[in-house]
Amino acid sequence: MGRVLHLAGKVGAVFTDSCRTAGAVFLLLGDTLRSMVQYRLRWDQIFEQMYFIGIRSQVVVLTTGAFTGAVFAAQVWFQFKRFGMESAIGPTVSIAMCRELGPVLCCLLLAGRVGAAMAAELSSMKITEQVDALRALGVYPTEYLIVPRFLALVISAPILTGLALVTGIGCGYFVAVKIFGVDGAYYWDNTIKFTDSKDVFIALIKSFIFAIIISAIACHKGMNCPPGTAGVGKTTTEAVVNASLCLLIVNFFLTVLLNALLYSN
Amino acid sequence: MLELQGIRKSMGGQEVLRGVNLRVGPAERVVVIGRSGCGKSVMLRLIMGLLQPEAGSVVFEGKKLTGLSEEEWNPYRRKIGMLFQGAALFDSLSVFANLAFPLREQGERSEEVLRQKVAEALRIVSLSGTEEKMPAELSGGMKKRAALARAIISRPEIMLYDEPTTGLDPIVADSINRLILHLGKMFGMASIVVTHDMVSARMVGDRISYLHEGKIYFEGTPDQVDHCQDPLVRDFVRGHAEGIGITG
Repeated sequence: MGRVLHLAGKVGAVFTDSCRTAGAVFLLLGDTLRSMVQYRLRWDQIFEQMYFIGIRSQVVVLTTGAFTGAVFAAQVWFQFKRFGMESAIGPTVSIAMCRELGPVLCCLLLAGRVGAAMAAELSSMKITEQVDALRALGVYPTEYLIVPRFLALVISAPILTGLALVTGIGCGYFVAVKIFGVDGAYYWDNTIKFTDSKDVFIALIKSFIFAIIISAIACHKGMNCPPGTAGVGKTTTEAVVNASLCLLIVNFFLTVLLNALLYSN
Repeated sequence: MLELQGIRKSMGGQEVLRGVNLRVGPAERVVVIGRSGCGKSVMLRLIMGLLQPEAGSVVFEGKKLTGLSEEEWNPYRRKIGMLFQGAALFDSLSVFANLAFPLREQGERSEEVLRQKVAEALRIVSLSGTEEKMPAELSGGMKKRAALARAIISRPEIMLYDEPTTGLDPIVADSINRLILHLGKMFGMASIVVTHDMVSARMVGDRISYLHEGKIYFEGTPDQVDHCQDPLVRDFVRGHAEGIGITG
């Protein structure tokens, strides 16, 4: 009985702690949105962050998109050729890339690359009193540090996802048509026929929401870093892990919701 | 000019300040001494509005600052400068950009005016010619002086110094102490210096307050502190550990 109570206590503590953290992340998100309206936007910083997030992430995102599309096309070909359904590879690859693989993989990479950088940078500033120095100089940290990162990520993530989709679908075509000899005309015709603009919309809206999740969690972790250099490492790891897990969980609910909303008829 | 009235503050479940009262007059230099962890830095953060007290209030120029929102605090923060223990220069910005930062935030856009004011502030702290350096390229003492230049560039009415000489060699520490004195005289700034360096305390303080167990335990001129017969104050001033039960 004692063990059961002890276990229940631990589970309860984890649950309340998670609720508290989620509440704090939502409060930070609300503060970020309020700061975007209340203060002037620092476009120089937003562009600087967009360069880091958007331009500097292109290679890794495009490579991931390309090989995901290529591998998926190969796998689908191996399965579909048994039933003589090779011409269905195109729409299968394109719909899977748009609805799931493109936004999820692209944003998981962004959580790793950009989320880690955000959390590490902000937590370093926090432990070296730079965040306090900002406040001492009359600058609101949310406005100066978080808003540019948040906006840069929510603008860049859908664009990067779009690029990942294009390269993924393109590489899927290359593998299916040029390597496995699927008829190119059928491939494109079926791809265009069965891929809806709603599929692309799903990709973009998902990556937009994932970008909000990544930036909110990474910035929250960074701004609440425990003192000491060990805190920076811990914060960075937690930011990436929490953002990735949250992204995967939210993806499930988004899939259900968006399908219900967009394909209810 | 600045007054702390019955300030109470807990950190990590422990009450570190238990009713601190402190008054600083115009152009007065008050040094707060006390053992490590006694709440000296917390007190400065409360004055700056970086922390909020659980009880008591901070009154600046007759205005009660406690309970103000972040936005309401900002005009007062521009009148109060702070030198952080670790200098807290923005490490992604050059020395010039660090010093120009508060001026730009206050709306100064002319590059010529910024160059002129930054050069003047750097000259005061003897760092002329370091405008293009990054904080990582500066020594500990230079970082402190650059941070001091950033804090004084918008001419605050009161300066808060958090352990200004900690971690510096005696020569550099002496230069910082002289700078604190010089700035006070030059601009008529009041100062609160938090330190456990008694050399620094004697040199820069018009008045020294000893913070012990969350309260101002003793207050007096440097001379009165040196001749105080209270065992707690005497042991701290002389650096004796016997009074707290540690005897090698």
